[in-house]
Amino acid sequence: MRRFNGRQRTALLFGLAVLFLILITLLGQLYAEEAMATDFSRKDRAPCLAYLFGTDWMGRDMFVRTLTGLSMSIRIGLLAAGVSALLALLLGIVSATMGRAVDAVVTWVIDLVMGIPHILLLILISYACGKGFRGVVIGVSLTHWTSLARLIRGEVLQLKEAEYIKVAGKLGLSPWQIASKHMVPHLFPQFLVGLILLFPHAILHEASITFLGFGLSPEQPAIGVILSESMQYLAMGKWWLALFPGLLLVLTVVLFDVAGESLRKLLSPGSAQV
Amino acid sequence: MILEAKHISFRYGADSRQILDDFSLRLTQEERVGLIAPSGFGKTTFCKILAGYERPDQGEVLLNDQPLSAYKGYCPVQMIWQHPEQVVNPRLRMREVLAEGDRLEQSVIEGLGIEPDWLNRYPAELSGGELQRFCIARALGERTQFILADEISTMLDLITQSQIWSFLVEEVQKRGIGLLAVSHSTPLLWQVCTRVEDLGKKM
Repeated sequence: MRRFNGRQRTALLFGLAVLFLILITLLGQLYAEEAMATDFSRKDRAPCLAYLFGTDWMGRDMFVRTLTGLSMSIRIGLLAAGVSALLALLLGIVSATMGRAVDAVVTWVIDLVMGIPHILLLILISYACGKGFRGVVIGVSLTHWTSLARLIRGEVLQLKEAEYIKVAGKLGLSPWQIASKHMVPHLFPQFLVGLILLFPHAILHEASITFLGFGLSPEQPAIGVILSESMQYLAMGKWWLALFPGLLLVLTVVLFDVAGESLRKLLSPGSAQV
Repeated sequence: MILEAKHISFRYGADSRQILDDFSLRLTQEERVGLIAPSGFGKTTFCKILAGYERPDQGEVLLNDQPLSAYKGYCPVQMIWQHPEQVVNPRLRMREVLAEGDRLEQSVIEGLGIEPDWLNRYPAELSGGELQRFCIARALGERTQFILADEISTMLDLITQSQIWSFLVEEVQKRGIGLLAVSHSTPLLWQVCTRVEDLGKKM
């Protein structure tokens, strides 16, 4: 590591985190069939070389199930965080540029959504949308946009008042040129980092409502399902059913966080890593 | 062309102090007018109104008998601000900052002592004086008819001040650009300008 300077190390960290996440997603997709396969001749095995994470009471390979579950979580996270971030971008800009009445309404909705505990609102929306993949994605998307929307609204308001933007207008630049040359380059890094930092939230919330039984259906190998099922077997000494999937979920979340933070360091002009 | 401010009154918000009260000024392109007043008397505010950044509560700004707001696109009245670091986008290289303005003569860049090497830097990598030269250059585009210089040399050392002012005076004389110079320093204004107005006395 000594050979690289701070900025290169951060870039390397970002690259590794992203690579690892892509790997998990692809492997999970590849073994999707195998994750459902039951084999009663190998049930309740503790972790060993053949079955790294052990097997469950139906003889399903927990390693493959965990990978598939994480892959599902990451896909839901990507979709939900993407929709959420777009919503935030749209509402943030609309709020800052369309006048006071619109701003008041959007700000009120932000306060309203922030005022209700995430998990409660998530359960309600997911349940109302019929649970499953669709319910979870809609639920997560509708609850996670608020803080990013507030951030973007603030940035746009500040940019509108910035003297260099006013001067650009007097120098004859059109509103379109000002937006593309002065506003977007300033907003884009904030947006991208905000988007990536939304993933871990989205994934954790997906896992939690699935764990509570309001998310994905039990036959899907989702992390939340795996964890909630393994609860019944913990008392019987089958610790591996919960430990490894839980650890890998935490690892995934941490990796997304690492990716987001390193990207923020790389993009911010104020960071010391030049 | 003639730049005219007629009976300008202005205050920031309904419950704040009256900053400008029925102030008028007439400026031709052959003139260099100095404007003095103590702090807080609205010198910068007056420049902002004259350059179209703020609308006066009463009165109007006319350029050749037409309201300034009628001129679309590049504004013929350009203001040079007191704080150069606030009027350039921190994410653009100086080359792009200059490109935002109108077409520029190479002699302007050379006359202001801008080194070719500075063009590739970001604003944060230049000193205040170096940055101010870029802001002056950007305001001196081809279509500029009037320059409003708001305390442009306050934070510069004396040598840089004299360099910049002697270039600016020479340039506006050569091109027939009207100049309004705002400063705390009365000796400087008497040196640079053809007449000096006191914003404070008319209040």
